[in-house]
Amino acid sequence: MKKLINKPEDVVKEELEGMALAFPELIKVHFEPNYIYRADAPVKGKVALISGGGSGHEPMHGGFVGMGMLDAACPGEVFTSPTPDQMLEAAKTVNSGAGILYIVKNYTGDVMNFEMAADMARAEGIQVANIIIDDDVAVKDSLYTAGRRGVGTTVLAEKICGAAAEKGYDLKQVAELCRKVNINGRSMGMALTSCTVPAAGKPTFDLAEDEMEIGIGIHGEPGRTRMKLKSADEITEMLALSIIEDEAYTRTVREWDLEREEWVDVEMTDPPFEAGDKVLAFVNSMGGTPLIELFIIYRKLYEICEKKGLTIVRNLIGPYITSLEMQGVSITLLKMDEEMVELWDAPVKTPSMRWGV
Amino acid sequence: MPITTSDVSEYLRKVAEVLAENKEYLTELDSAIGDADHGINMDRGFQNVLRKLPAVEDKDIGTILKTAGMALVSSVGGASGPLYGTAFMQAGMAAAGKRELAAEDLLAILEAALKGVLMRGRANLGDKTMVDALTPAIDAMREALENGADLTEALDKATAAAEEGMKATIPLIAKKGRASYLGERSIGHQDPGATSSYLLIRTMAEMAHAKQA
Ligand SMILES: Nc1ncnc2c1ncn2[C@@H]1O[C@H](COP(=O)(O)OP(=O)(O)O)[C@@H](O)[C@H]1O
Ligand SMILES: [Mg+2]
Repeated sequence: MKKLINKPEDVVKEELEGMALAFPELIKVHFEPNYIYRADAPVKGKVALISGGGSGHEPMHGGFVGMGMLDAACPGEVFTSPTPDQMLEAAKTVNSGAGILYIVKNYTGDVMNFEMAADMARAEGIQVANIIIDDDVAVKDSLYTAGRRGVGTTVLAEKICGAAAEKGYDLKQVAELCRKVNINGRSMGMALTSCTVPAAGKPTFDLAEDEMEIGIGIHGEPGRTRMKLKSADEITEMLALSIIEDEAYTRTVREWDLEREEWVDVEMTDPPFEAGDKVLAFVNSMGGTPLIELFIIYRKLYEICEKKGLTIVRNLIGPYITSLEMQGVSITLLKMDEEMVELWDAPVKTPSMRWGV
Repeated sequence: MPITTSDVSEYLRKVAEVLAENKEYLTELDSAIGDADHGINMDRGFQNVLRKLPAVEDKDIGTILKTAGMALVSSVGGASGPLYGTAFMQAGMAAAGKRELAAEDLLAILEAALKGVLMRGRANLGDKTMVDALTPAIDAMREALENGADLTEALDKATAAAEEGMKATIPLIAKKGRASYLGERSIGHQDPGATSSYLLIRTMAEMAHAKQA
């Protein structure tokens, strides 16, 4: 293992210390339990957004804490979900009284830890809604699996819902918007190389020099298929078509019903893309893929969208949701309406996403 | 001979030892169908239990178990943290105020723990999870006690059933947790969570034997 670290067990702690020193005007870091929060929290009258997950996906989520996006982020160990005490303490710190939205990626561990955190926060009188992001089309079946994983759409949901909260949406409205973003977003990723979790010391999977893994998650989980390496255009086409041609996807998720005050099973269906749709195209590096390659991907993606009758109205290109040093790319397409475009363009000021200010 | 508060503390210490010994093994199992961290997670969790134990050792069994559950929840993360954490917290609720447990009490506590796991994870029998080891173990213990077995015999039966359940996860397709993403590729591997559950049950039986001797 060749990494710029000191000790594997100190990786997360030392990263957080560095972040706190780098952005003192934007964020603060609390240790034990670990969470990053807005320097000006709690923001009066505003719904607070909290997300979290394993570390190793930087800049997600900590890099998205700040005005117009998240109020707090709870980082777990590398690729391990955070624990409920982190989310509970973060909620207590950023709650202004307008309630908390937990944005949760669909991984069994994340879902259960956030559910416990929500129960604990409610027991302390804090209003909490939880919305699950499950946008990875590489997972086909939801009946026999834990369902689609949460990947690229998470970043977009955090930006759009963060802007909405800033604008004064109440908790129910922000939760509904988050649900809307989730069902309209779809992603798929691929890897050219594996990654090495510091504590493990060796690559998560082996991939030969001439092979690639299609349909990976963001933790170096094996994907749908392994195949011989292809050109950027061919890879882009494979990912883009899996997304664009994905049929309506229906699954049941557990959500907290704010009115009935109990956990309920909600059935939701993602509508398929149609010619005429306006989309946000997000081309994401898994950490080790440089911008030069991302633009080659974007060029082809643009052409495919055009051919399919999809108009790209906004884009995001860069490393935003990564798997440590993995080489690879994920594509996310999010169907946009006017409200979402306006919220996307709204000012944001965080360590890793900043515009309009 | 009833189970005492100090037996419960000793049990938690033994489990921490057993999990530390099996840290690599459980992680190895998880690397085949998960993300190679189950042993690391469980070891981290029970090391935290050891840290929290001294402060509550003189309290009732319910408090000790609840404290263990909280210690797991706040240190494990992943899927197994909330699952084992809820199990111990529910067990603690079932043992609230008690300083001694008869065999029947232990059964009730284990039933409450399993109910917690099912409530939190909503897995069915045969989904290739810890439930596949816990359910048959508790069923076997109940049956043994109903047929007049003593605690040690009942726990031996539970251990045998847990081991069988654990091994029976090998040919299954995972339907819950990370392993479910592998679909057919999850066939042929033993579930790490079912394995740690077996170790937890086996440690109980070993303690019963040691106490009897
Ligand atoms: N929904 C569930 N119900 C019961 N047990 C589960 C469930 N999901 C996962 N598990 C258990 O958790 C184990 C994995 O634990 P661990 O590796 O610590 O967490 P993670 O999967 O988040 O990395 C699996 O082997 C399985 O036995
Ligand atoms: Mg694991």
